Amino acid sequence: MNDSFIQINGISKHFGNVKAVDDVSFQIKEGEFFSLLGPSGCGKTTLLRLLAGFEYPTSGNLLLDGSDITALPPDKRPTNMVFQNYAIFPHINVEKNVQFGLRKLGLTNDEIIKRVKDVLSLVKLEGYEERYSSQLSGGQRQRVALARALVRQPKVLLLDEPLGALDKKLRDEMQLELRTLQKEIGITFVFVTHDQQEAISMSDRVAVMSEGKIQQMSSPNELYKNPQNIFVSDFIGETNFLKAKTESKDGEYINVNIEDLGSFKIKNNLNISENASDVICSVRPETMMIDKEKSDWDICLEGKIKQTSYLGEMTKFYVETKEIEKIITVSSQYFDNQSFQDGKCFISINLNDISLLNKK
Amino acid sequence: MLQVWKSFYARSDPAKAYSLLSPALILVTLAMLIPLGLMLSFSFFTQVSFTEIDYSFTVQRYIDFFQKNLLVSLLIKSVKISFIVTFVTLLTAYPVCYYIAFYVKKNKMLWLVLLTLPFWTSYLLRVFSWKIILGTKGVINSSLINAGLLSEPLTFLMYSETAVIITLTHAWAAFALLPLYVSLDKIDFSLIEAARDLGLSRLETFWKITLPLSLPGIIGAILIIFIPTVGDYVTPALLGGTDGRMLSNMIQAYFGKVNNLPLGAASATIMLITVAIVTMIVSYTTKKLTQRIS
Repeated sequence: MNDSFIQINGISKHFGNVKAVDDVSFQIKEGEFFSLLGPSGCGKTTLLRLLAGFEYPTSGNLLLDGSDITALPPDKRPTNMVFQNYAIFPHINVEKNVQFGLRKLGLTNDEIIKRVKDVLSLVKLEGYEERYSSQLSGGQRQRVALARALVRQPKVLLLDEPLGALDKKLRDEMQLELRTLQKEIGITFVFVTHDQQEAISMSDRVAVMSEGKIQQMSSPNELYKNPQNIFVSDFIGETNFLKAKTESKDGEYINVNIEDLGSFKIKNNLNISENASDVICSVRPETMMIDKEKSDWDICLEGKIKQTSYLGEMTKFYVETKEIEKIITVSSQYFDNQSFQDGKCFISINLNDISLLNKK
Repeated sequence: MLQVWKSFYARSDPAKAYSLLSPALILVTLAMLIPLGLMLSFSFFTQVSFTEIDYSFTVQRYIDFFQKNLLVSLLIKSVKISFIVTFVTLLTAYPVCYYIAFYVKKNKMLWLVLLTLPFWTSYLLRVFSWKIILGTKGVINSSLINAGLLSEPLTFLMYSETAVIITLTHAWAAFALLPLYVSLDKIDFSLIEAARDLGLSRLETFWKITLPLSLPGIIGAILIIFIPTVGDYVTPALLGGTDGRMLSNMIQAYFGKVNNLPLGAASATIMLITVAIVTMIVSYTTKKLTQRIS
């Protein structure tokens, strides 16, 4: 497998004064399920469109499988796209939609028929050949768009929020299906989404983008457990931020003075050496424990529950403590909204679960 | 009683539809159907003398029409001129609409309004201004002569078929712009991108996607221009001379100075039928043609 199948070298795209993509460089592996994740306006779609050839970069170049595709128009690139709104041609039926991209590949009639048949069975759309876009459901349209792109056997499949328009149940189903499909056919997928859960559950690697820049690029696990800055930590999942100042370094650990709580020795995952620099400590709600009794965890605070939200598989508690000004979010699978009648509770934190972030 | 009517009205959609339609229905009946019926019946009468009409039924006027070479050739010429006008208008209006629909991001409405600006003056005034432009001593001829490019004025510009075609094209362009713009603006740009993504060049994408999807607008524009221009008589009367005369000028003469109402009525009916047939053929073939393309 080629580790630098797609090379994005110093790509920038400016629209007037807006830097949609700002000097981005990274590589995508062959056969990888790669996601571009970020809030709307972060440049992820522009980056995808640059890969597809719908936009040309202001600076930088793009290499695909060793050859420079920076200046190639979309019809000359070995990439295909699944559009956000699917872009099914409304005036021709499903079969013709899927055949559409094959005419220029110089295939024989028999090959075309076989490929269309195969791809329609791959996306489970046999029997829908004669239908028109207006006669299909959202999920079926999505499959047509997928089939239409895959039938050309592109080197890279680009997907622009393809699941955004589907309802939750169908979306979960399609996530699994897309993932299975990708493993089966082995084509490199570049998947754009604003849904962090979607990106984390499907991808081999995720690039989190904000303001035209890559904030962090790593495996979903790494991204969740070891976010490199406040943006990523905040965007991926939910977390509590506590202000802190670094004190003295101690091997792999560093002493940190957390505001209102005092000094603690925690893992120095940022490799901070200097003293007295402002940092942020992040604690995920599910790593904390909420209980009626005091615990022997590293930090245990008495608090009062201000608000709860019951989510079925777990309950979120919004807890006010004497020590910390901010409301702390804790989630629990064990207790629910009826467990604490008087609102009095104890929340406990393990130092291992605190991760250090640079203050930006 | 009133209560019964009210509850009937509330539940009946046809009742609502007809009451909303009634002003238009009354107007159409009074101003269109009755005159049309009168015209149709006149076409079956005979003009005996200048003031006298024989009201017995005959189809002789229709036979007369096809026996007069002049009338048949004028009918053919009317259709031909209209076709050329329609074609030229489409050819000029389509790129403009394409540009506004896909490349103008802000103030699309302003562009459309500016394009229709010339049409805020009266039709007659515009015809006359073309007279100033195309005439023997008009803008085009005098500037070409002054520039030394011509020694004598171009005579085919004025009082000719060309003059009629130019003026009608300009006069009806605005009516083509709107249906074309609407149908192009409705096309989702991602469809065009998708076609490019699937390996088609710009030109192929236009043939396979943009053109078929803008077909409703094209048919609309064709009908909107073709139907009124076939029957136009102001422009040919003012700018056509003998060369640019159309059937409608003859019909006007039959109802006026020639005073042969039945033959005029028969000619008008034949023109009506011709327009209907041509319209049907055009929209049918355009549809078939695009089906074959895609």
